Amino acid sequence: MDVTLERAALLKALGHVQSVVERRNTIPILSNVLIEAGENGVSLTATDMDLTVVETLACMVLSGGAVTAPAHTFYDIVRKLPDGTQVALTTDVETGHLAIKSGRSHFNLPTLPKEDFPAPGAEELPVNFEIGAGDFRSMIDKTRFAISTEETRYYLNGIYMHPKDDGDNGPVIRAVATDGHRLARVEVPMPDGAASMPGVIVPRKAVAEVRKLLDSAGDDPIAVSLSESKVRVSVDGVVLTSKLIDGTFPDYERVVPANNDKELDIECSSFSEAVDRVSTISSEKSRAVKMSVQDGQITLSANSPDYGMASEELEVDYSGETIDIGFNARYLLDIAQQIEGEQARFLMSDGASPTVILDLSDQAALYVLMPMRV
Amino acid sequence: MAEKRTPILCRDCFSKDESHPTVEAPVRCSHCGSPRLLVNTELFDLTLAHIDCDAFYAAVEKRDNPDLLDKPLIIGGGKRGVVSTACYLARMTGVRSAMPMFKALKLCPNATVVKPNMEKYTAVGREVRNRMRNLTPLVEPLSIDEAFLDLAGTEKLREEPAAVQLARFASEVAEDLGITVSVGLSHNKLMAKLASDIDKPRGFTVISKEETLDFLGPRPVSLLWGVGKVLNKKLNQQGIEKISDLRRFDQMELMARHGSMGQRLYHFCRGIDPRKVSIDGETKSISSETTFNEDIGDFETLKRKLWPLSESVSRRAKKSQLSGQTVTLKLKDDSFNNRTRSQKLAHPTCLAEVIYQTGISLLEKEATGETDFRLLGIGISTLGPIELADPIDLADPDSFKRRQIETAMDKVREKLGKEAINKGRLID
Repeated sequence: MDVTLERAALLKALGHVQSVVERRNTIPILSNVLIEAGENGVSLTATDMDLTVVETLACMVLSGGAVTAPAHTFYDIVRKLPDGTQVALTTDVETGHLAIKSGRSHFNLPTLPKEDFPAPGAEELPVNFEIGAGDFRSMIDKTRFAISTEETRYYLNGIYMHPKDDGDNGPVIRAVATDGHRLARVEVPMPDGAASMPGVIVPRKAVAEVRKLLDSAGDDPIAVSLSESKVRVSVDGVVLTSKLIDGTFPDYERVVPANNDKELDIECSSFSEAVDRVSTISSEKSRAVKMSVQDGQITLSANSPDYGMASEELEVDYSGETIDIGFNARYLLDIAQQIEGEQARFLMSDGASPTVILDLSDQAALYVLMPMRV
Repeated sequence: MAEKRTPILCRDCFSKDESHPTVEAPVRCSHCGSPRLLVNTELFDLTLAHIDCDAFYAAVEKRDNPDLLDKPLIIGGGKRGVVSTACYLARMTGVRSAMPMFKALKLCPNATVVKPNMEKYTAVGREVRNRMRNLTPLVEPLSIDEAFLDLAGTEKLREEPAAVQLARFASEVAEDLGITVSVGLSHNKLMAKLASDIDKPRGFTVISKEETLDFLGPRPVSLLWGVGKVLNKKLNQQGIEKISDLRRFDQMELMARHGSMGQRLYHFCRGIDPRKVSIDGETKSISSETTFNEDIGDFETLKRKLWPLSESVSRRAKKSQLSGQTVTLKLKDDSFNNRTRSQKLAHPTCLAEVIYQTGISLLEKEATGETDFRLLGIGISTLGPIELADPIDLADPDSFKRRQIETAMDKVREKLGKEAINKGRLID
């Protein structure tokens, strides 16, 4: 193999693939990135067996070949090379080493045979559609904070995406995530060809990697392929394929309250600032903030035997009966951060039942939050 | 050596005396003639005691039914149950607690078997404990019928050494409650516990600091706290049988072999035990188990047995206003091997249904039909206040209904009794 690449292009590609590679690996080959040089350029592949990323780069290929080298080391080297340089990759047939040359720098990396590298499944997936990068970003951004980290309920460790065609918004794809304390639900218009998609749970790591790729995608259409067990997303020369979580997502619609009648409208940014201030006092563990809601006003307060007390009043739009309700401040702030418009609406029933939070500028998003005892 | 007079205490008339250095210690009390004398150089300095009721359940039954007084008595359940307590007459034939009932009855065929009446024992046990708390606030109960007491500081208050207070306590309990206790008095928990075991029943044993090393040396390692069947076997295989054998090893060596237990062994074999008597003796777990009449291997049958156990755990949790976040399933197979499997929950629970369902998911993996089990148990631990239990879980749409159903059932039971309402799964 003998190829020469732009340092910047190589760095970007390596950035994508190296983050798939786990820092600690019991299987040595999984620490490596597969570098394949063909007629059209070089492709880089990294996998953790569940998630595989392949990125193809156009470049000058003097002779083809394939080799695997330690992903993180390779990335670190390229990262430290000066900007604007050319990087030459060659393999030494005798030692099997990968030589990296750029300007006056020269590195030799040990390699492992490409035959040992687990072949990424390139099989066709039955459902194929294109979705706007903006919609895709919003599905991820507005739900990922609610993904659970609890291992015993592994089916909560991702975003549940499924087709839905009976709501007010017409046919949509819904993305839902919950950890049992809060739930986030967002809808985007159903793209052509997606109606037959199965309900899938996309694991957290795949969500994070896809989100990184979407950063630079503007509002381009993104190709998505799905089966019952796999998802593939192609963005700008990068193909990411991930296993899906094999489990059943809970029937979340039953926990979304439909009849909460106490309607509270707040100005989102001043509300989150106040919550943030008051929560300075709430104990590290519970993070509880109490909301006393009355005609036209809420009082946020926190009380802790160890840390003291805090309270702050806010003018709000409310005319229902007085209600006391407590929330985890962090959960409130997480949700407030997702609200794009100025106003958020709380729909409450009582101090012990789930509360619905809506973004008044975005009908497509809905959040449910469990109160805490205060 | 300086002239030293050894203190003497009569356990019956509580009169104090001192032995003369040149004369042999007396055999009987110079005041009342009782032979029950305590003689020990540190008798009036020691303050840490372990008190254990003698054959507690059996003693209570004998007290309430004098016909049983001179008969061997076994408290335990059913054909296949185990002995929970055997009276001292029954113990003479070799019957021991935790022994399977059939084996016990083979050893002692003329024994009377009485099913345990826990409510009664709990009441008596509570009375004993209250009396202990009158001696000192530092009472750490180990079970219904035994506790550690730290009497340090009470000598001045009562103008009486701990030993005298304890002797008085034992005799009052015998007089007023009709049961006997054994007392161990020493300088730490390890030694106090060992001491109380020496002279049962109605014993009172004092082990001074000075005697500690000689006392422990020749005794088997299995006496030490934390040395169970498995560790004992392991130690024996390494040629460690007597406690003094342990003293050959330095701390690092024992720790390398046995981890943190090794460190304990290093100290225990020298009679050193820094554990304090702690009063918060809080409940650490709530569990319930049963031994079957015949071994069961079938998952469905075991499942049915699990429900009443889960209910019993839940009932006790609710009664003590506790909830647990870990569910532990316990099984004993036909060759007496224990298996325990635990599962941490997303939220603490006190609901029978949640305990049961978690238990089933653990049971499923064990009861594959290959092994027969003789015992099944379930419990909760990582306990916390009931207020935090079973919140509405957005990821578990049935959580709310489950809580409502069980609250409703509990209310019915409260009004109409335990058997008034039940789940359909009990119907065959």
